[in-house]
Amino acid sequence: MNQPAPAPNKMPTGAFVFAGVIIALFFIGLMGLLYYGVQRSDEAGRDALPSPLIGKPAPDFDLPLLHEPGKRFTLAELRGQPFVMNVWGSWCPECRVEHPVISKFALTKRVRFIGYNLKDPREDALRWLEQYGNPYLMVVADEEGRTAIDWGIYGAPETFLVDGKGIVRWKHVGAITDEIIANELIPALEEAEAQK
Amino acid sequence: MSTPAFRRAELARLLLDGSKSKSSRASSALRSALLLFLLALSGVGFAQVSDPTPLQFRDDAEETRFHQLTAELRCVMCQNQSLADSNAQIAHDLRREVLDLMNQGKSDAEIKRFLVDRYGEFVLYKPEVSGSTWLLWFGPLVLLLAGAAVVFQLVRKRSGTATEVAADDGQEW
Repeated sequence: MNQPAPAPNKMPTGAFVFAGVIIALFFIGLMGLLYYGVQRSDEAGRDALPSPLIGKPAPDFDLPLLHEPGKRFTLAELRGQPFVMNVWGSWCPECRVEHPVISKFALTKRVRFIGYNLKDPREDALRWLEQYGNPYLMVVADEEGRTAIDWGIYGAPETFLVDGKGIVRWKHVGAITDEIIANELIPALEEAEAQK
Repeated sequence: MSTPAFRRAELARLLLDGSKSKSSRASSALRSALLLFLLALSGVGFAQVSDPTPLQFRDDAEETRFHQLTAELRCVMCQNQSLADSNAQIAHDLRREVLDLMNQGKSDAEIKRFLVDRYGEFVLYKPEVSGSTWLLWFGPLVLLLAGAAVVFQLVRKRSGTATEVAADDGQEW
């Protein structure tokens, strides 16, 4: 009863402060989101979709070989050891960027490299390999791009790691770099080999 | 007379004019945007194998169903476009695949499942309610309820003080 009752003013002020805090928090959150977006904006793979195939059996394929179109090749023939499948096309500029990196790593013979030639006219694909070198153990040709849909492929370059049991272990969308090989592909490969 | 050559000339003129403008910062941003646009155009020159025949529908009902379905699916390449709108090569191929699946008698749900199994939930504009998407579905509702609770609290407190004020008022003056 001693207090002179400043109550009439106190209550609305509290509400205003409360509303102010909410608005400020909202604003800070929004800014954080924008900052996060800007920070990510120069990451090469920011639009890459995570593949739902990881940890699942690789979709079967039955495709002609690029160099011997009369011969067909199936997934089953790759069972037993892990392999890397690299999707490329002569129409794909990024593939040329990653090609020296792929070639260098493929030549170490650490793992089998299978080329997956996507939606390419045969002559173009052959000329491209002649010009830039062929690091692949073999190249399968998917001219129509139908099998590619089963693999969830939506462009090139894309790179898959499949283990000896035919389970997809890892996928990368976009050009491969030395760092990606060292930090992602090789650890995934070691894990795949250890679990065999 | 809006031939591509004419448009290119217009763009080139815009690029050159930009350098004379006073607000050099804005114009340089505009110029780099235009340059990027031109660079993107230049990439179209690479030849991919593609089937140029347009999709054939058996009847209007099928066409309507096809358009409704592809409008609900998201293009995996141009991620802000629907499968119906996108002109990316993969969108062409996927549209063809969707029509093939329709012709095989698959239901809309089966076709969506087919694409989700290969490309992930991302392809659905309306993702299914699951552990990873419940926040997306019910987050706004939770926020709304929380806001309503806060407002309710404030209003109750206020109405309490309002009566006090009236009583005080009489005593002080």
